Amino acid sequence: MNDHLKPMTAYTATVTVRLKQGVLDPEAETTKKALQRLGFELESLRSADRFELDLDAESADAAAERADEMAERLLANPTIHDYEVEVESRE
Amino acid sequence: MVGVTVAIVQFGGSNCDRDARRALSHVGVDAELVWHEEGLPEDPTGIMLPGGFSYGDYLRAGAIAANSPIMAEIREAAEEGVPVLGVCNGAQIGSESRLTPGAFTTNASARFQCERVHVRVENADTPWTANYDEGEVIELPIAHGEGRFEVTDDHLAELNDEDRVLFRYCDEEGNVTDEANPNGSKENVAGVLGESENVAVLMPHPERISLPDIGGTDGQGILQGFEA
Repeated sequence: MNDHLKPMTAYTATVTVRLKQGVLDPEAETTKKALQRLGFELESLRSADRFELDLDAESADAAAERADEMAERLLANPTIHDYEVEVESRE
Repeated sequence: MVGVTVAIVQFGGSNCDRDARRALSHVGVDAELVWHEEGLPEDPTGIMLPGGFSYGDYLRAGAIAANSPIMAEIREAAEEGVPVLGVCNGAQIGSESRLTPGAFTTNASARFQCERVHVRVENADTPWTANYDEGEVIELPIAHGEGRFEVTDDHLAELNDEDRVLFRYCDEEGNVTDEANPNGSKENVAGVLGESENVAVLMPHPERISLPDIGGTDGQGILQGFEA
């Protein structure tokens, strides 16, 4: 390993997983109805899962790549989900 | 080895494993319970992924179990032609591991549903359905919160063309209707084949309707698929 040659930076990768457009979201629908019962006006409601991954990587791209692989392998189900990855450096 | 020994794979949270063994035994199929961390026994003659709530359904039902090391062994065995049957949570594990197509996700009702349903046998030319006739209506119990079959329209058309849909939810007469669809599954799909016919998953529980003393035997034929 040449880790000592390439300084690692601390990042937080945020993976947001959403149902693909057109895939029914019964929980969101139920939540929307509950809000309407409380008297709120709204057209529609979409929910998403958000995963915040603290990791060390050589670069923001490397951090994004790793988070992307995690989404592909486990965090999202490509049959029903789209996902996006955002990376920020962490203190 | 005498007869057939099927490995029923237990994960933390599996809860239909012993029912499955009992029902299999009733139809003459020897089966043993296998803890997933132990790996598969040598040369199993079948593999069953039982129902339950593996890993507490965390993330998505079946997602964590689908990524456990034993699944690589199961995939290899499946490719060698070993019969693999996933029931309920086992079906979710099957689709999450991409052994079988599509996904099983939150019921349209957003509720856990525990009831008897009717399904129509769509393809009777597989080991899992050979004991039924095509178009036959059988009664099976369901017990799931995430059983709605989702798949892209194109992929579903492909599955239909390839005769990989095994069962569809229907009414007592065999009509496949929205009213008879308990969970909003696309085209009422209740069970499908994997890439080859030795791999099958379904959301209903055949093992819960295979002992005559507890309410019926309609599920026996599916379990007998291990002998075919």
